[in-house]
Amino acid sequence: MTVTEKAPDQEIGQARRRKEDQRLITGRTRYTDNIVLPGMLHLAMVRSPYAHARITSIDTDAAKASPNVIDVLTGADLGEGQGVCINAWPITPDQKTPVHLPIPSDRVAFAGEIVAVVVARSAAEARDAAELVDVDYEELPAILDLKEAVKDEVLAHPDLGTNKSALWVFDSAAAGTGGDVEEAISKARQDGVLIEREFRQQRLIPAFMEPRSVVVDPTGEQLTMWSATQIPHILRFALAATTGVPESKIRVIAPDVGGGFGGKLQATPEEWITWAIARRVGKPVKYTETRSESLMAAHHGRDQWQKLTVAARKDGTVTGLKVELLANLGAYVAIVGGGVPVLGAFMYNAIYKFPAYHFSCQTLLTNEAWTDAYRGAGRPEATFAIERMMDELADELGVDPLEVREKNWIRHEEFPFTTVAGLEYDSGNYEAATAKAKEHFGYDDLRAEQRRRREAKDRVQLGIGVSTFTEMCGLAPSRVLGSLDYGAGGWEHAEIRMLATGKVEVVTGISPHGQGHETSFSQIVADRLGVPFEDVEILHGDTAVSHKGLDTYGSRSLVVGGEALARATDKVIERAKPIAAHLLEASIDDMEFTGGRFSVRGTDKGMALTEIATAVFTGHNLPDGAEPSIDAEATYDPVNFNFPHGTHLCAVEVDTETGEITMRKYTCVDDIGTVINPLLVEGQVHGGLVQGIAQALWEEAVYNDQGTLVTGSFVDYTLPTAADTISFDTDTDSTACTTNSLGAKGVGEAGTIASTPCVVNAVVDALRPFGVHDVRMPCTPERVWKAIHDRDQDVASGAVPHFGADTGMEGVADRSTGAEGAGQ
Amino acid sequence: MTRIEMTVDGARVSDDVEPRMLLVHYLREKLGKTGTLVGCDTSNCGACTVHLDGHSVKSCNVLAVQAAGHEVTTIEGLAQGGDLHPVQEAFHDCHALQCGYCTPGMIMQSVDLLNDNPHPTEEEVRLGLEGNLCRCTGYHNIVKAVLQAAGGASS
Repeated sequence: MTVTEKAPDQEIGQARRRKEDQRLITGRTRYTDNIVLPGMLHLAMVRSPYAHARITSIDTDAAKASPNVIDVLTGADLGEGQGVCINAWPITPDQKTPVHLPIPSDRVAFAGEIVAVVVARSAAEARDAAELVDVDYEELPAILDLKEAVKDEVLAHPDLGTNKSALWVFDSAAAGTGGDVEEAISKARQDGVLIEREFRQQRLIPAFMEPRSVVVDPTGEQLTMWSATQIPHILRFALAATTGVPESKIRVIAPDVGGGFGGKLQATPEEWITWAIARRVGKPVKYTETRSESLMAAHHGRDQWQKLTVAARKDGTVTGLKVELLANLGAYVAIVGGGVPVLGAFMYNAIYKFPAYHFSCQTLLTNEAWTDAYRGAGRPEATFAIERMMDELADELGVDPLEVREKNWIRHEEFPFTTVAGLEYDSGNYEAATAKAKEHFGYDDLRAEQRRRREAKDRVQLGIGVSTFTEMCGLAPSRVLGSLDYGAGGWEHAEIRMLATGKVEVVTGISPHGQGHETSFSQIVADRLGVPFEDVEILHGDTAVSHKGLDTYGSRSLVVGGEALARATDKVIERAKPIAAHLLEASIDDMEFTGGRFSVRGTDKGMALTEIATAVFTGHNLPDGAEPSIDAEATYDPVNFNFPHGTHLCAVEVDTETGEITMRKYTCVDDIGTVINPLLVEGQVHGGLVQGIAQALWEEAVYNDQGTLVTGSFVDYTLPTAADTISFDTDTDSTACTTNSLGAKGVGEAGTIASTPCVVNAVVDALRPFGVHDVRMPCTPERVWKAIHDRDQDVASGAVPHFGADTGMEGVADRSTGAEGAGQ
Repeated sequence: MTRIEMTVDGARVSDDVEPRMLLVHYLREKLGKTGTLVGCDTSNCGACTVHLDGHSVKSCNVLAVQAAGHEVTTIEGLAQGGDLHPVQEAFHDCHALQCGYCTPGMIMQSVDLLNDNPHPTEEEVRLGLEGNLCRCTGYHNIVKAVLQAAGGASS
């Protein structure tokens, strides 16, 4: 046998078109709501219109008499059998965590909470009957404002006696990772610069395009749940842990899932209710939410007040950073819950060498929808705050915002670098990404244009925004999670099955919902095993196929799941090696593996790995005692997070007479290490950018004074459209990650994390000549106009001083209350 | 119940439906045309876009009985004889989809847009897709795909 075939070209780095597309562009899809099973019943939920109320009676008689209704059930009917929704991350040992039953029987804690469920033969009949369920409520005072919640005057859960769930603190002096921030602040107060600001992270809604849907089939030996979820494996564990069904009797399938963005990282009341009812009626049951239900009751994101103090020397060197947060959990502590702002705690120091750092976060319960992960989860909040602060510092010092960043950032030769928050950044090159971005953007020319337009007092002013972000992704080293009291590990699993015909099946514990892992993972396996890209099949999202995994979130899929795959391929090659040596009648020490073939060193003898797979299948001629298999699995626990970074630059035009903002240009250069597929990377960046820009300019979940979600449909929750957005100028730079063999860093959240402060910095930059230092998000034309023209009206600049008058900073931050929404 | 007949993706179909049944539910629940998807309750998202007599409509905004006697084309009937429509090809080539949920509606709307205006500018594409929401792609590659399909059609 001779080596004559050319090794396939390297797949990693190729802009492969996606394997997933063929089905999706022709309508051959398997979203959960498409599933129809024999005898399947449908559910409709009855939800509370009140934010906080006692349930005094529920009359289900009329609903039960409605056509084709099988049953109508309340919390009392389902009792303990319904299980409980879990919080997997109690951030402090004494965290207050209200019990979260899927259907409470006595009291509702937010508008949209389920109080009864109708089971009927069709979805339409279930919904008709749900209208006939008569619930009497005794309304209770509702707490709907974060700053009011902290006073504990009105309680979200009166039994707890407080709205304060947990106070989480990190202090660099106490942790031994840096100095004392109070010392830095007093010194800056005497002879340096002190910047104090308060920012509002408005409430957002993930708004994945596929509404959540769940089907449960109780007719097999394993009870099967299909769910529009990011986390089938975690769901299986949580169902077993809370509903008394042995884990081995549970199969969870995430079929095609239409987007998640963190919003489908949850163990939901709807899933638990469908599970309970299917078990009760012994028939397959489906529940698909309406969009209004999704906006009202699927978890929301962000919703924090951020108070920041930066201490610096007069030359712009930052000497300390203090962060105090109020974070809204909503009515219940969700699966990650207070862990979201804690994830941000490690990122406020960002790319900078701050010598002292103090972070505290008070999580609070309110009578609003629960909050949890939304794309970026903690890091967008941190990045927004610090990147806004660096701009404020630059403005105070009268220098270019990039100059003050460069003065403080970690230089490329200083990696690996241990930060003041205690993380070790393995690699990066902020100088290179910034230089490339400035060049693409035409930074100096745009600054010159800005000067001209300022001098000419143009009606339309140009603003230039900067964001030099980093983030931590690849959740996560299990030991780190353990030290933070998270309820699970952060490893990932992969399995390679070498099929008899030379094809390869790959099983991953990652659970994609739009990312394109079937394509990128095929590229990795194709390169590692030297098999054609087309011959690799990626299996995922079904616990009967992929028995082990921790699913998809936190930009972990490639860097943790991909690395697990790479390690499994190494094991396949190791297992095949002695068999190859045997078949080639050579010493194992002389075996070499390249381009999918084993060869005998110094000879032209060789054999393809796929031929060994066939030889193993027949088992006719294996070494004595050899197991007839070269399949392998690997479970990989990351040794560190990884730290993608990038420089984002944005130019906006602001009409100073109408407040209208037009985005003119957006350039970003992201360093995400080794790029597996540039096409997929661009897609992730584009989508991430628009979600981050949407926080800056358009989106906000707004409640009225009664706690009703005003933005309860896509008429009012204003997702951007194609007409609102522009085409982007994106590029990558690459310093390889040193903690995984692929050299890759995460990219799923980068665009969202970086873009929000970039855009707000641009808007504020345009308005600096008017003495404006902040505009609250979303920066609507009304808010922009008021910031310029109506500064006495307490909209752009609040009247209540949160900081000492001696800093000269009172009155410059936006301090309007959280209850005020856009357009009010 | 009302008796309706129509042509869907080239096949004649006939059913008894409730007068209140939406076209999208008729397609999905009666005909099993699950390629057409529901993303909202307010006709904002456009995931359910199909063609009615060759023009795009949001099928959540049309009653099944209103479509009686007409010709409906869904995403499942767009490819002809195993060949993808140029817009489908362009969506694949330009990575204009991620989770795929908006894709059927987005493609059907794009086809209609190009039928009306075979050589649109980027601005015209963006305005023409304003009624279809996508949460994954940031629209960049969707716009690129429509422009590419337009260029391909003209050459």
